[in-house]
Amino acid sequence: MIIDVNTFLGHHPFRRLDGGSPAAIVAGLERVGIDQAWISNLAAVFWRDPTEGNRIVYQAATHHVCLRPVPAVHPGLPGWIEVLEEAVDRESPCVRVDPISYGIAPSGSEMLALVRAAAERNLPLQLAVRLEDSRQRHPNDLTGELPAWAVRALIRSHPEARLIVTHADRDLIEQVHFGSTPDEASRILWDICWLWGPPEDQLQLLVTTIGAGRFCFGTGMPLRIPESSIAKLELTELTPTERRAIESSNARLFARS
Amino acid sequence: MLVDVHAHFYHPASQRIDWQERNESRLAAGERIGIAWHVASILGSWGRTSPTYFPSPTDVTVGNDALLELISVHPRRIKGYVCVNPNYTEHAISEIERCVAQGMIGIKLAASRRADDALLDPIGECAAHYGLPILHHVWQHRRKEWPGQEASDAVELCQLARRHPEVSFILAHIGGGGDWRHSLHAVRRADNVFVDLSGSGVDYGMVEAALDAVGHTRLLWGADLTLCTGLAKLRYLDIVLEPAALNAVRWGNAERIFPAGVFGAAL
Repeated sequence: MIIDVNTFLGHHPFRRLDGGSPAAIVAGLERVGIDQAWISNLAAVFWRDPTEGNRIVYQAATHHVCLRPVPAVHPGLPGWIEVLEEAVDRESPCVRVDPISYGIAPSGSEMLALVRAAAERNLPLQLAVRLEDSRQRHPNDLTGELPAWAVRALIRSHPEARLIVTHADRDLIEQVHFGSTPDEASRILWDICWLWGPPEDQLQLLVTTIGAGRFCFGTGMPLRIPESSIAKLELTELTPTERRAIESSNARLFARS
Repeated sequence: MLVDVHAHFYHPASQRIDWQERNESRLAAGERIGIAWHVASILGSWGRTSPTYFPSPTDVTVGNDALLELISVHPRRIKGYVCVNPNYTEHAISEIERCVAQGMIGIKLAASRRADDALLDPIGECAAHYGLPILHHVWQHRRKEWPGQEASDAVELCQLARRHPEVSFILAHIGGGGDWRHSLHAVRRADNVFVDLSGSGVDYGMVEAALDAVGHTRLLWGADLTLCTGLAKLRYLDIVLEPAALNAVRWGNAERIFPAGVFGAAL
């Protein structure tokens, strides 16, 4: 079984992007053999109120059994606790928050309140370091990237906090992992979509130095074709147990159940 | 069969202490993917003693020698582009002559001088003389200067290509970051410009847009520094192309633009 924790519905606000409809997402999953995708609303990451994109996420998950909803929560807006409650009621595996895109401090008081509230509900938070290569952004897309220090601050802020960090590169993962206690590090799951295979062998190295237990499968679809993460696993030497862990079991264990 | 038209290797005098490991990894992954030929270049010392994109003449020679050595160790897997810095015209021409005499099959231009600059014309003339394609590092929609390189965009490469219609130019790594649609618009009517699919970018729609712009006859498969994204695009091509067109992208177009017979029996 393969679970993709990092898939988006919808459009990109700064450029044409094909493949973001629920039908196209499902077709992409079937094409490469992914069994389940956790979906967020792509355009809503850029909206003033990203929670307005949650309805379409829930709708898609209702219509397609292979899709699980990852609603957005903005801890700087009124009613965000209700967004968390709805996520719990609708059995979301996690909720996403993009503080840099929202223009709030990535480890400020609003984020710390969210970490606490999510932890109290056994709900992991999903955060993206970036969505795409900074070299290909629209000139008006000046959104920064989630810094390593913010991830460290968030995971330290509550003993039950759990984070799923997507689109992280090797350097950021190492800075956070080795800049955290073993307990803190064990409460972070990293998706593999921004780690390169051979000849750099970043995923191979990190599985050796950090362990397969800290990684999960993610594609970043439709910003990236899903074949990329599949190919990465194919070109990485993994034991069957390690591969199963990355493909699904780590995400399954991490998801709110 | 498969030809990677955009490969790189490292060497002992380069920046990387793990150069041997990275080279071995590329070759091992190539075996798994089924790459018959890695057509590779080495950009000087990769930054150790002169900048990667502005390699000194000494480093250019050291890098080309390292590649020749690697080719001698893997004569049935690696072919070479001779890397040159066009700011040093005499040295560039002599390097091309020297390395072609030893079996190199193409020219690599990084980002030492803008593609439309007149200083690239002697290189173009030399390529025409020897019947070599030129792989040119391209920033997909430059918009502004970028640190560490005098990058060129597709419009600038097409200006050079128009001045040398008998030479095949390879626009490097359409997935190398930037607005790849901008590049594809620019090369649509540049018949002697081929697009290489390499780079870490694997956006939805990229392969289709490339095929729409240049067709399967001007598209080349390559990986550059990320073989996983190269394999991903290969898998995707399997789905969207008929077998004959797929073979053209995998190796047929490369066979057409490189000197005749260089890939030999492996194809």
